[in-house]
Amino acid sequence: MDLKPGSRWKSAVCEAQLVVVRPPNVAGELQCGGAAVVPIDEAGAPTGAIDPGFADGVAIGKRYVDEASGLEVLGAKAGTGSLAFNGAAMSIKGAKPLPASD
Amino acid sequence: MRTPLLLDIAADACPARRALGGGEESQDFESYRARASCVATWLAGQGKTNTAFLGMNGTALPVLLFACGMAGTPFVPLNYRLADSELNKLVARSAPAVLIVDDDMLPRIAPADGITLVARSDFEAEFMAGPTPDKADIPEAENDIAVLLFTSGTTGDPKAAVLRHANLTSYVMSTVEFLGAAEEEAALVSVPSYHIAGISAILTAAYGGRRIVYLPAFTAEDWVATCAAEAITHAMVVPTMLDRILDVMERTGETLPALRALSYGGGKMPEPVIARALAMLPHVAFVNAYGLTETSSTIALLGAEDHRAAFASDDPEIRRRIASVGQPLPSIELEIRREDGSPCAPGEHGEIHVRGDQVSGEYLHKKAIADDGWFATNDAGWLDRGGYLFVEGRLDDVIVRGGENISPGEIEDVLRTFDDIADCAVLGIPCVQWGEKVVAVIVSRSGEPDMPAMAAAIRARLRSTKTPEQWFVRDALPYNETGKLLRRVLKAELAEEVCGG
Repeated sequence: MDLKPGSRWKSAVCEAQLVVVRPPNVAGELQCGGAAVVPIDEAGAPTGAIDPGFADGVAIGKRYVDEASGLEVLGAKAGTGSLAFNGAAMSIKGAKPLPASD
Repeated sequence: MRTPLLLDIAADACPARRALGGGEESQDFESYRARASCVATWLAGQGKTNTAFLGMNGTALPVLLFACGMAGTPFVPLNYRLADSELNKLVARSAPAVLIVDDDMLPRIAPADGITLVARSDFEAEFMAGPTPDKADIPEAENDIAVLLFTSGTTGDPKAAVLRHANLTSYVMSTVEFLGAAEEEAALVSVPSYHIAGISAILTAAYGGRRIVYLPAFTAEDWVATCAAEAITHAMVVPTMLDRILDVMERTGETLPALRALSYGGGKMPEPVIARALAMLPHVAFVNAYGLTETSSTIALLGAEDHRAAFASDDPEIRRRIASVGQPLPSIELEIRREDGSPCAPGEHGEIHVRGDQVSGEYLHKKAIADDGWFATNDAGWLDRGGYLFVEGRLDDVIVRGGENISPGEIEDVLRTFDDIADCAVLGIPCVQWGEKVVAVIVSRSGEPDMPAMAAAIRARLRSTKTPEQWFVRDALPYNETGKLLRRVLKAELAEEVCGG
């Protein structure tokens, strides 16, 4: 799974879509709802069940980080699964939005 | 990361939201992206390195910018205010390129090798008119240069500043919340496309999900009328625009109730103007932004809370922050350095240096950024104890009188406290005795300026060496169209008159 900046992914088990903002510094798997995410252009609708341990949801516009690896991901579409990197839950990055300046 | 991604994810998430234009002719995000993809396919087929644009603002512009990113041809907006000879030099430097030109500007372009001229009316008929086309599939492009912006060239030939996709996307993603705008929000853009704020406005609006409405060219009357008609919520203006906008509002009684946020930048805003704006637009959040072309737009900003706190404070240190550009963005490192490169203490004047992913610090064929990523801005400034940044203008504008560095800004600030001063500039003019001497050029409202009182105020608040030795009264000062005072023009005019002193 090549998690390069700007790469787009979707959840295999819910409607969430994701964009990688910063890559991880180790190889690993981005997961949503407990299942590995798939490239955005892969055909097929989400199937399977969401792991109840990863069911807090992905919100649109929010940023999620894995502190250990530096991986940062943007929620581009909302979903019911929540994100993990190699099984470790990712956390919401609490950044205060800046006022528009241009 | 590439700029088209910003539009792509917005169009996927909210295809039917209005994105461009006003009235009946607005385009939604789906149409925006689909049109850009068709333009990109056409550009790729032309096989030219660059895509240049010469023309007024309009919805074709953002479509073209994103199309360039999709096709991998750097976007090169040209300044239509240049004299024909200067303009044609830049056209030649853009080659090989497709050059899209407003019809009435076509006669200005001399034939040049490698340039394919396209009339804007033809471009718009092909790509902007009619129902939304099918989105074209194009492979991701390789060229990582997104935009080439010619700097204003006040110190010589214009330099082509290079802005890479990584710089611009980093700026947008670190300062804007994806789809953070509410459905009804709309930004009015009146800065021209060859100004960095004209480029960043397109990118931040797409990612934020905010509709853009354009003024083809700025007049205060059109600005106020469009703001009212389109229920504009956000806008960016340069200092010279704001004063004229307030005049029109006063005359017409328009109050712009929908307006929520007004940012200003691109030059020093006179304090009386911002005070007047705050009083006339009490419902609006004011933001002062500081940035450069080479930094992909904003690197520091003074927010609405800062404005209110400064105006409400009795503490002179906080009160004076109204004249600052606020604090650096969280994603930016900023330092003031002495000439020997060592860091300045708070309050000490030096050169502003910045580092961050959005900082390109690069010109075509010439990197101007240090190996450790720091970029010297060539702007003079200082930080107060709270980390608020005060910008004093270009380092070259600092007056060196008898070995003492004098910043024109602080003297101008004192002059502007006089109601009679409509505008002013303080300059250093070559002189035998001191190397440079301080002169003031003032625009008086009454026509009878009280120079001794002004000199006394400067002596009292600053010191005697900063008191202008000569005064000139003018009807107006020269500015370029984005509100930058043309100090060199003034200086050259005055140097002859003053010489020998």
